[in-house]
Formats: sequence, C-alpha cells, structure tokens
Amino acid sequence: MSNEATIHQHDVHTHDDHAHHEHAHHEHKQHFLTKYVFSQDHKIISRQFLITGIFWAIVGGLMSVFFRLQLGFPEETFKVLSTFLGDWAPNGKMDPEMYYGLITIHGTVLVFFVLTAGLSGTFSNFLIPLQIGARDMASPFLNMLSYWFFAIAGLIMFVSLFISTGPASGGWTTYPPLSALKEASLGSGTGMDLWLVSMALFVVSSLLGGLNYIVTILNMRTKGMSMTRMPLTVWAFLFTAVLGVLSFPVLLSAAVLLLFDRHMGTSFYLSEIYIAGRALPNVGGSPILYQHLFWFLGHPEVYIIMLPAMGMASEILSTHSRKPIFGYMAMVLSLIGITVLAFLVWAHHMFVTGMSPFLGGIFVLLTLLIAIPSAVKVFNWLTTIFRGNIRFTVPMLFALGFVSLFISGGLTGLFLGNSALDIHLHDTYFVIAHFHIVMGISAFFGMFAGVYHWFPKMYGRFMNNTLGYIHFFITFVGAYVIFWPMHYEGIAGMPRRYYDYSSWESFKQFADLNQMISIAAIIVFFAQLLFVFNYFVSVWKGKKVTTKNPWNANSLEWTTPILPGHGNWDGPIPEVHRWAYDYKDNGEGGDFIPQNVPLRDGEESH
Amino acid sequence: MSGLLLVLLVALIFVVLYQVARSSEMIASIQGEEIFDKKRNKILAYSMLVVYAAFMIGIYCCHLYMMPLMAPEAASDHGQSYDFMFKITIYVTGAIFLLTQFLLFWFAFKYQRTGDKAPFHFVHSTKLELVWTTIPAIAMAVLVAIGLKSWFTMTDMAPKGAMQIEMVGKQFNWISRYPGPDGVLGKRYFTNINDKDNILGLDWKDQKNMDDIIVPNGELRLVKGKPVELIIGSRDVIHDVGLSHFRMKMDAVPGITTRIWFTPIFTTREMQEKTGNPNFVYEVSCDQMCGKGHYSMRAVVIVETQAEHNIWLKKQQSYYAQNHPEVNPPAAEPTPAPKDTTKQITMK
Repeated sequence: MSNEATIHQHDVHTHDDHAHHEHAHHEHKQHFLTKYVFSQDHKIISRQFLITGIFWAIVGGLMSVFFRLQLGFPEETFKVLSTFLGDWAPNGKMDPEMYYGLITIHGTVLVFFVLTAGLSGTFSNFLIPLQIGARDMASPFLNMLSYWFFAIAGLIMFVSLFISTGPASGGWTTYPPLSALKEASLGSGTGMDLWLVSMALFVVSSLLGGLNYIVTILNMRTKGMSMTRMPLTVWAFLFTAVLGVLSFPVLLSAAVLLLFDRHMGTSFYLSEIYIAGRALPNVGGSPILYQHLFWFLGHPEVYIIMLPAMGMASEILSTHSRKPIFGYMAMVLSLIGITVLAFLVWAHHMFVTGMSPFLGGIFVLLTLLIAIPSAVKVFNWLTTIFRGNIRFTVPMLFALGFVSLFISGGLTGLFLGNSALDIHLHDTYFVIAHFHIVMGISAFFGMFAGVYHWFPKMYGRFMNNTLGYIHFFITFVGAYVIFWPMHYEGIAGMPRRYYDYSSWESFKQFADLNQMISIAAIIVFFAQLLFVFNYFVSVWKGKKVTTKNPWNANSLEWTTPILPGHGNWDGPIPEVHRWAYDYKDNGEGGDFIPQNVPLRDGEESH
Repeated sequence: MSGLLLVLLVALIFVVLYQVARSSEMIASIQGEEIFDKKRNKILAYSMLVVYAAFMIGIYCCHLYMMPLMAPEAASDHGQSYDFMFKITIYVTGAIFLLTQFLLFWFAFKYQRTGDKAPFHFVHSTKLELVWTTIPAIAMAVLVAIGLKSWFTMTDMAPKGAMQIEMVGKQFNWISRYPGPDGVLGKRYFTNINDKDNILGLDWKDQKNMDDIIVPNGELRLVKGKPVELIIGSRDVIHDVGLSHFRMKMDAVPGITTRIWFTPIFTTREMQEKTGNPNFVYEVSCDQMCGKGHYSMRAVVIVETQAEHNIWLKKQQSYYAQNHPEVNPPAAEPTPAPKDTTKQITMK
C-alpha cells in the first residue's frame, strides 16, 4: 500500500499532465499502523509533529513552572517538586544541579522540539502540498523518516531526564569546557552524551524534512502556480527549509567535535584547563570555536522559528481582514533579506568573548540591517489590516497578538545587536525578555494562529471559540506581565541562569517582582493546558465543518474535500489562475476569489 | 493531598469553562450564527481597545514601580557614555513602539467588520514601501554610528598609566592578582597550579612574580579617577566578569586572555551616599553559566581614593612571601617609575 502511494507520486512528477490524472482512494485498504503510525501521508505526519510538539511543550512548560517556583520563592519548599523530581528536590527544595538541568532542557526542548519541529514540521508538512497543489511531498518516505528521527531524538532526550547524573545542565547552548568535562558538573556526564546524540538525530530529521520541503516547493507546484502566486506561507516555509539545510549541518559538526573532545582525547575546544585538582593535557583548542559553530546554526535557528510564524500571520491577517496582503513582493524580498542576513550575524551572540573589536563592528552593522526587512514586514502587516473588514476570529486575534509581540521583542534586539550596549546587557534578564517575546511567545502566537486557522482542515471540525478567546486573552496579557518587567531587571544588570539572587546586594530588591512573575507564569501555563484540552476535545467533539471553505479563503487547501484523503484532491488537481490574495469584489457580492477561479474577461492578473 | 486538590480544582475550572463555552455556542445557534457573530465581533473589537489601554497603563505602572529599584547612575566613564547611548536608543525604539502598537490596536478596532463596508483593495504602494524602508535604514545608521564610536573607544588599548589587575575565574569564585611594587604581573601557566600554595600557577622562575599580590576572594581595589585594565582569565570553564555598575562585562575563557578597561568615577563611599544605602557595594557577578555554583560566584569591588589604596597596598604581603615564610624576601622598593604599558604581559 505504501508502494501505491509512492508509485502515485511518480505520476505527479510528470508535471504537465497531472491535472488530468484521476486519483483513486486507497484508504480503505490501509492498516491502522500504516495509516496513523508509519504513515507517509503528509497530513498525518504533520499531525504527528504537532501532537509530539504539544507533548514537548507541556514538558518544557512544566519545567519552567518548576524553576520559576525556585526563582519566585527561593526560601520556600514545595511538595510538588519532590513528587516530580524525587531525590533532586529533597524535602521540596530543588537542587541547583537540577535547576540548571531544567533550564537547559527547557531551552533545548522549546527551541528545537517545539518551535522548530512542532512549528515548521507541522505546518510545512501540512500546508506545502495543500497550498501549492501537490498530492504529497516529493518523497513521502523521507518525510516519514524525518518524523521518526525526530521521535527518536525526543525519546533519547526524555530518557536523559531519568539517569542518575541528571540531564545536560550547561544551558541550551552547552558551551564547552563546561559541557565537555564531566568534572565540571554532574550534567556534563552521561546526560550530555545523550543530549548530543539526541541533537545529532534531530539534525538528521531536520535535514530530511527541509530537503523535502525545498524539492517539493520547487518541483511540484500545480499548473499555473508560479512562484509569485504562492501564498506567503509557502515562501516562508521555503526559506525556513533553506536556512535549516544550510545551517543544521554546522551544528552537527559542533556536536561531533564535542563528542570527540569528551571521549577521544582531542582538544578542539579545550586548552589550559585545571579542574578537579589536576591540569588536563589538552592545549591548543579554543572554546570560542564551539561558540562560532553553535551560533552559525543558533542564529539562523531563530529565523527558522520566526519565518513560518511570519508566513502564517501574513496569510491569516489577510484572510480575516478580507484584504489582500499589502506589498506581496516586498514581503517576499524581506523574507529573502532576512534569510541572507541570518547567516551573517551569528557573532553578535559573542560580543563579550573577547573577539576582535573590528569584527564586532562588522557584526553590529550586519545585525542592525535585519531591522530593515523586519520593519518592512511590520508596516506591511499594519497596512494589510488598514481599512480591512476584520473578523475577530481566534486565529485573527493570535495573528494580531503575534504582530504586537514581534514589534515589542524585535525592538529590544536593537539594544542587544549594538555591541556597545550589549556589553552591559549581555546574559542578563534583558536577553531573556528579548528572545522570549520575539521568538518564544510571538512564534507561539503564530503557531496558535495556525492551529486555530487550519484545525478545520486537519480534523474537519472547529476548535471551541470561547475557549480560544479565553486562551488568547490570558496568554497575551500574561506574556507581557511575565516578560515586560524582565527588561528592567536586565537593565539593572541582573544575570540570567541564577538559582538564587537573595545574597546579591545589587539584585535582591527584585524578590517581590520575581514572585509576581512566577505566579503569572504558572497561570499562563495552565491557560496553555486549556488550549491542549480544547484541541483534543475538539478533535472528537468539535463543531463539524459543513462547507469546504469555512473562512472564505483563497488558497488551494480550501478546494480539497472537507477531510481530504491521501492524495488531497478527489479529482484532478485544480489549476491556478491568480495569486493567493485576491480578496476583492468578485462581481457577485462575494469578497474573495479563490486561486482556482479563472480570470474574468478583462480582469488583470496581479 | 493539597496537590490532589489543586489538580481537582484545575480540572473543575476546565469543565466549567468548557460548559460555558458549549452554552455560548448553543446561544449562537439559537440566536442565529450571523447575528451572534456580529455581536461578538463588536465586543471583541472593543476589547482590543481595552487591552490596549491596559497594556499602556500597565507599562506606565511597571515603570513607576521599577524605577526606584534600578541600578544607580553608572560608576565609570564608559558607563556614563553607555547610559547616554541607552537613552537615545530608548527614545528611538520607544517612539516606534508607541506608534506601531497604537496603529495595530487602533486599526484592529477601527476596521472591524460591520458587514456593509465594501472591501477596500489596496495591494501595494511603492512610495509607502520606500518610506518605511528608508526611515528605519536611516535610524539604524544613526544607532550604528553612535554604537560603533562608543564600541571602538571602549575596546581600544588602555591608556598609559592604567592600573593592571588580573581577574581569574574558577568554579566557583574569583581570584584577583595585583602586580605589586614592580607594576608588572609575572608569568603564569596552568600546569603550575595547585590549590595548596599556587592557586594561579605563577612561575617562580619569573622574578616579576615575587612581589605579586593575590587576593583569593577576588576583591578588586580600584582607585577613583584612575583607569584600570582588567586582565581576565579562567582556570577551568568559561566565566564572565560582570561589572553591572560600571556597565562592563567580559568573558573569562580558559586558554585565552581577554581584557577590558574603564575609569571608576565614584568611590564606594560616594555611591553609598548617592544611593542612600549604607550597604551599597559594587559587585562582580559571573555572567556566563559555569556550573552549579554559578549563582554564588560573587566578588566585591571597592573603589577608593589613591591614599586609601596606598594604605591597603602597604598592608599586603606578596603571595610568594605568604607561601614561603622561610625565604621572606625584603619588600621591594616601591618604585613609582613610569610604567611601560606597551609592554605586554604574557600569561603563559
């Protein structure tokens, strides 16, 4: 049966005539395992990514609740900590090693498993074939492998939480020598090895997925779907994949060299170290090399997270304002600008490592250049809703929230990207506030917007609106309540990754504030569980979708049956005649014209 | 028990919320979806205004609450120019922030769907797009220019006559070393380190080490108005010398020597008067994750007058003498000879 699917894909390769190809259902023959577990249907795989992402988001979120308890209430003990952490929290007081383990895994999991795999894995998979008019990915088999490599990477990371020396605990960036020497911390033992293996597998997953997305977008667009008629979501997924394919291998090399330093006696990252009562034999390496390799991925990574959210927000803002996206070409060009610049700014994470000041200057310049395409995007989004007819659906609210958060978090980047200011703000709570708002929360908002918007296509049902609105307002307000005051803490110099501030004359005055932030974080965490609850209840009990195109949107996914089978369209794949944003008078009282509707007499194509 | 109660409570809240949500959908189907949607759309549009107002008031209240808790005025000359530059950046970004957030929420409210408006077709405008490409570009150019000027000043060579103090990080404390009367820090190498009598691995064949003073708790004694250059190193993993009151920071990397310099402009006592806090103290925080004791890696900076500094210096015994009482070399003559700062200190 999987062969049939693959063979079927070969048909699609004959690009010109696939429109005439009659598609047949094969689902009735499929076994549960091949339909839902080892599926090669991009729609199933996307749901696998999403649900795995939700699982990891809950794990990562719960970790943040635990360490926020420590930060907000350093004097208190909590039974719940003993329940979850066992011997790592004797008598309800968290051990510092576990605190550092939790922040490390929280960061790793949220950045890679949730906002990379869970976001672009879900929506690239789901939307690329549906929006460009393809029956599946170029290689459904590699696509399936991509998910399973991710699943195994996740499994290994999960196992690392339970070993006796604890998970990796050197921060999500795992800088050596701390992460290279098991003498340096408990988490640098087996936990670190598992972390590295898990990340290596994750890179494999990401490459398999990314190559597939690129090939699919470039080769499998339906008739009439020129690149400039693609929805901005697809453009965003394309550049996301390009970023991942070019930068993830560098992370792999960083991880492999680190494994060598740990186990083979090499000195790539180690030099002149005296630890645990002895001088190590390693000389000649440089810990800074690791940072260069790491951030060569690490910086593009934040755009790997942001671009899909930007793409989906563009699509959703346009659809629910009933207006074309403003400045389509400028949006595409700014995506290109961000993609190119993303590779040229990595060292702005390293201004205080003692790097050459001249080099630092170059990176300041290149970093602040990113503000220009970002500003263009913001103004274009604002102009898109300007004079629109806004429907305040749940996805629309999240997309609006996304823009607000992206502005707030993006502007603080101008402080951190400017080395003369970074030299004070580096590694303080200002950084925490900046990146949580701009790539954490706002990417989450893009993701939530996407889930609420495409849920009807995924499951043939709607998510519950009222719960969605509650979810939005708590999360939006909560995000600012949690992260806004952190800017001030950072400006006062409060360092990140501290277990306890109470013995610091310079930072202990923030104790009440930290408590307030912790309480807000816990409330927001439970509000996210409300989303999870809504999601799973709606899969089975949600209001049924009765029309093919519930949002009155233009893009091709809404021309498929309400619950499309493997292959997406029952009949031939529709041909595309116009761009994805023809939200205008259709001459019959409607305010939109789907992409598959031929141009009217005398109508000009965009 | 209380944990179970909490779980039950959350579950109960979820169920109640779900019932409310269900009933609101029932109301929708009774009233007719369209009317209900219209009503809801209006309510939500107004709630955007409410959220915006709460947002702005919240920011203002947060500011009022935070300002008294913030760090005092910068205590170094670099810090002063930092504060100035920070202010300019705040004004630029603050203006953009207020403008764009206002437009976002105002548009959202103003252009709510009312049902009878014709869709407005506005696809693209080269003029507008040029405007909002150029304006940010100019603003960025200004910020970059100010930033780089400040950056190149602070990363330039330390001025002649600057004090040199070495600051070495280890898990989990700082160790500081003063050059002693000869004004030069001697060579050290990591293989010489032992925790008993040579915590920095000084090379005893190098005569310049003989008068070097080591303070094992990393206390930094600086002189008001006198530039100081910190020579920064690490014994084990990466640390970071964080000097938040001076607005400076530099990593301590094993195998690499890094440096920063600045001029303190207020003594500790002056700062205590300025802040009205008799316990005020300049602190060095470790700002690079270095293991389980990272949060406790603290040292104190004392900024004093030259006279006070001299008294302190006199009381110090060299590290060599401390550990070799039998030798007890005569204290070298304090030679105030002009120091050759171009001579590089080799740490190896």
